[in-house]
Amino acid sequence: MTDIVHSGLTVLDPTAEGHPAERELTLRHKTLTGLTVGLLDISKPRGNIFLDRVQEHLVELGVYVKRYAKPTFTKPAPVDLRHEIAITCDAVIEALAD
Amino acid sequence: MFDKGWTDGLPVVAPTEGRVQQMLSGTSRHPSEIVAVIPPRLIECTVEKVAINAVMAGCRPEYLPVVLTALEAVCTDDFNMHGVLATTMSVGPILVVSGPIVSKIDMNHSINVLGHGNRANSTIGRAVQLVIHNVGGGSPGGIDRATFGHMGKQGFCFAEDQAGSPWTSLSEERGFATNQNTVTAFTGEGPRLVMDQKSRSADSLTRTLAESLLGTVSSRVVMGMDAMLVLSPEHMARYADAGWNRSRFTAELSSHLVVDADTILVGSGDIEEGLPTDFAGLSLPKFRPGGLLVVHAGGPAGLFSAIIGGWINGPSGSEPVTKEITP
Repeated sequence: MTDIVHSGLTVLDPTAEGHPAERELTLRHKTLTGLTVGLLDISKPRGNIFLDRVQEHLVELGVYVKRYAKPTFTKPAPVDLRHEIAITCDAVIEALAD
Repeated sequence: MFDKGWTDGLPVVAPTEGRVQQMLSGTSRHPSEIVAVIPPRLIECTVEKVAINAVMAGCRPEYLPVVLTALEAVCTDDFNMHGVLATTMSVGPILVVSGPIVSKIDMNHSINVLGHGNRANSTIGRAVQLVIHNVGGGSPGGIDRATFGHMGKQGFCFAEDQAGSPWTSLSEERGFATNQNTVTAFTGEGPRLVMDQKSRSADSLTRTLAESLLGTVSSRVVMGMDAMLVLSPEHMARYADAGWNRSRFTAELSSHLVVDADTILVGSGDIEEGLPTDFAGLSLPKFRPGGLLVVHAGGPAGLFSAIIGGWINGPSGSEPVTKEITP
């Protein structure tokens, strides 16, 4: 438990006291042509319409597209889904919509 | 402490070691015991961390078991605190306390029950939100993306008036005994008033309540979102006079909470929001079965009740969660 002295008063730290691990960003791709791009629909209304258009543009650029969807937009993507995207795709685009 | 990002914007009580030790005297649980995994960062939170935040919120030690149980409730997968934080809708955890502990810790179930002025009501919900903020990292502008929010997100906790109700309580309705102390967590907006000062029959009042409930969240939303109805003593008296119990009330109210789907289809009334046309010709209930939680509380005078609109329900959203308070 961390004690913090402020203005002569010692108080206990109400936070988790943790420090998120810092990770370097994955190197950006110079081009998407020939790569596999995952399109993740978070399952909000009309997200599919938006992603359909994104897919059209990507295919024109010579990108191989794989589609994914979260079971519900109200919860984080399940670990298995994130893992599948990570091992299958070179990049991912996540779509919010309404 | 404000500069360190530890507060909800209001002044807090400094959590000195002495005050935290005193707070911990309110529970028999060990300070190092893990209470819950707090979203959104999914941090294991100890009783001691909760106690620190409870001191900051202004709680008395005897409130701590309620705070601990409320945290256990909102940190379940069913309640989905992560989603409640992240949504742009203006909702937060609404806590309803039931059982003998209500009088033991002097909670308010009467005048201004959904407002300010009672220490337990004002600080228990605040302590829960401070833990979410400080331990879980769920803060406005961060994971909390609410378009508006509401003042109840500072902490929204009130007590059920069980002694004054002729009905079974919300807690009993949810499977607990009258003498059990419970917290029910519900995801909700701020409350709005329903006025009916003229109905003297249970049937007439029920129709008024139904008319107002049909507009909850949006008149074009059916079944997907729950609501909480807080019935005041003067409105409850109509049902006591008529000899209606909770089951009769629920059945009668439900019969009026039916929507002609054709009136809320996409494009009907020149409104682009609405149900897909697949629903044409159907009659649909406004709420899913069990999707309307009814609580008795409020001051003795006033022919009003209150509606607290909910959020996305079921496994894809948030389920109400009731837990027994343990010492």
